[in-house]
Amino acid sequence: MKRQSTSLALALLAGVMLAFSASNALAYRVFVSNEKENTISVIDSETLEVIHTIKTGNRPRGIILANEGKWVIVCVSDDHKLQVFDTQTYELVKDLPSGPDPELPILHTSGNPLYVSNEDDNLVTVVDIFENRIITDIPVGVEPEGMGMSPDGKWLVNTSETTNMAHFIDTESLKVADNVLVDSRPRVAEFTPDGKEVWVSAEIGGTVTVIATDSRDVLAKINFEIQGITKDAIQPVGVRITNDGKKAFVALGPANRVAVVDVATREVERYLLVGQRVWNLGFTPDEKLLFTTNGTSNDVSVIDVGSLKVTKSIRVGRYPWGVVAAPN
Amino acid sequence: MRVYAGPAPRPARSILCRPNPSFLKGFSLVVACAVLASGAISPGHAGESAAQTAPAEPQAPAADAKQDDILKIRILMAREIQEDRLPPLSLLDIPPPDDGLAGAQLGIEDNNTTGRFLKQEFLLGAVENANAEALVADVVKKVDEGFPFVVADARPETLLKLADALKDKDALLFNVAAPDEELREENCRVNVKHTAPSRTMLADALAQYLAWKQWRNWLLVVGPTPEDKAFADALKRAATRFGVKIVDERMFEYEPGSRRADGGFEQIQQQIPSFMQGAPDHDVVAVADEGELFGEYFPYRTWISRPVVGTAGLYPTTWHPAVELWGGTQFQNRFQRLAKRQMRPIDYNAWTAVRSVGEAASRTNSSDAKTLIDYMRSDKFDLAAFKGQKLTYRSWNGQLRQPIFIATPKIHVTVSPQPGFLHEFSELDTLGVDRPETKCTAFQ
Repeated sequence: MKRQSTSLALALLAGVMLAFSASNALAYRVFVSNEKENTISVIDSETLEVIHTIKTGNRPRGIILANEGKWVIVCVSDDHKLQVFDTQTYELVKDLPSGPDPELPILHTSGNPLYVSNEDDNLVTVVDIFENRIITDIPVGVEPEGMGMSPDGKWLVNTSETTNMAHFIDTESLKVADNVLVDSRPRVAEFTPDGKEVWVSAEIGGTVTVIATDSRDVLAKINFEIQGITKDAIQPVGVRITNDGKKAFVALGPANRVAVVDVATREVERYLLVGQRVWNLGFTPDEKLLFTTNGTSNDVSVIDVGSLKVTKSIRVGRYPWGVVAAPN
Repeated sequence: MRVYAGPAPRPARSILCRPNPSFLKGFSLVVACAVLASGAISPGHAGESAAQTAPAEPQAPAADAKQDDILKIRILMAREIQEDRLPPLSLLDIPPPDDGLAGAQLGIEDNNTTGRFLKQEFLLGAVENANAEALVADVVKKVDEGFPFVVADARPETLLKLADALKDKDALLFNVAAPDEELREENCRVNVKHTAPSRTMLADALAQYLAWKQWRNWLLVVGPTPEDKAFADALKRAATRFGVKIVDERMFEYEPGSRRADGGFEQIQQQIPSFMQGAPDHDVVAVADEGELFGEYFPYRTWISRPVVGTAGLYPTTWHPAVELWGGTQFQNRFQRLAKRQMRPIDYNAWTAVRSVGEAASRTNSSDAKTLIDYMRSDKFDLAAFKGQKLTYRSWNGQLRQPIFIATPKIHVTVSPQPGFLHEFSELDTLGVDRPETKCTAFQ
């Protein structure tokens, strides 16, 4: 998803630069789902201001782009469905079906279908986003959550929070092919851009497990230590890796920090102080900025990826949960 | 920051499974999986794990996995029927017949959803008896039949008898009901884990919140039973620890009489204010009534307008049916679907006990009782249990460390430990008797 939109954005950026020799960075629209407010805040990435608020169904959580950036799709968990909004007009386009309590969606690299974890029924649901129908359900562990898609589109990795596993789902057969035990309460699965590794955060375990995509071997476990913060408060959730495969950003929940990890050495380079209970992360398509959703402080922090500095916090709705940025 | 690379810490991390959707419908399952990973295990690991794992056949494709390759882990729920226990004042509080048992069943279901990926099957047995001796005999028999893990809802003295009857066996007892300090302290047993919080944990959790609120003057009302006095002692200990003053202590002598009657409020409306008359100024009324026989008479009937806390009004608990924090919604929903009722504290304590066994089994890939017990005693063990942080067992007395909800009968108000109550090792150890104070020596 992210990588698709990145390449799209880069293409756009190149086009604009050629046409207008514009020196200013492009402004993107950043969509933030506010879990308790039933809204999406739309932020302009250049002015860093909220420019619109979209009213959603109940309990909006996982949020992604689809249909070549024309749609933003959000899980409205308490309504047991997905909603599709137009990224330009912010109008509701349509609803999509899901299983009970959908939490995190991800698209196949081809743009369709969509896979969504349903936290309340131990299933991953496969949805055709153009035909508005459920293709099938895939049984997984207890409380499915994280969803990662390999860059070649062959593997979907789903994590189950109470089973503590990363389930490797073959996207052709739509069957679970392998299961890798990780630490307690896995939340997010993210592939490295070369597709060789998948990084899985464990919120209660306090670690990120690095799994080899081919062998399913656990290559490493990344631990986090922050002076003055108890181990129990370090709860990794969101993981995002830069498109060049060099840096990973890991949101650490109530530790109120985002860890910057060198992907090659798997060493933490630094911790960036953000808002409270930071959960999910989203790059702008040019990867210059990273937005973090800070649930308890009702804001998003903006990280300048080049300088690794937190440059701003922007007030959004109540309990911001997920974030995705679309090209303008 | 620490990184360790190299082989996976657990031997059989790679399992090929063909999950069958029908598994989702019950907790007795058939699994067709094959262990694929043995090739990657170092000789040392293989030697260690050989004794504890079922015969793994690395070459066998999934379809050939035999039924008897599945590791079976049997857990027993043992309940002492306490016929002399008076029913609580409110009809809302009458325990359902499967109190605790339903929690254990959900734990088995959750373990099996995981187990189907790991060739593990969890089975629940149940025994109950009103006669303590007979219950102990029943449990010993079942343990000898292959149920090494016993989830016990029993009186403290029965729990000790059970522990002593099992002490030479590879068996582990989980105390899911008794809050008594002595079971964790002078009468602690190395083969008992306590998923139920102790009285001091509950009292400290409440006291921290009241201290945070600056409601530091308590009027203590204590019932006539030894349990009431024990909870009152825990409250007094908490008051000393957290800078609270008990301005007066009053014994509430009470003859419960008939529990159900048409009427009664007319007299109680008179009795409670007169009982409370002439008390020194206080911020809260702290009631110690573990049997729930009179405490509920206090809210809204006190002499001056003060909140009631303790066993009535604002109370500390391991679980609350309205909690939706930290993924609790799905947990509550699963329980509701299974039991057709709301989850109660003993259900939660039984669930954490059964899940502890499941967690140890998935981490060790073993069904061997000793292996699982050793793992649960090691510092590698932790459990995610819908409380926002990992739960672990105290190494000095087997007590589960856990956050405690402070709630009204309708909804939680807060979760303790409270901000600012710091601890050298774990803030959770600000709740209850801590390592430097413990009288338990069995674990040394």
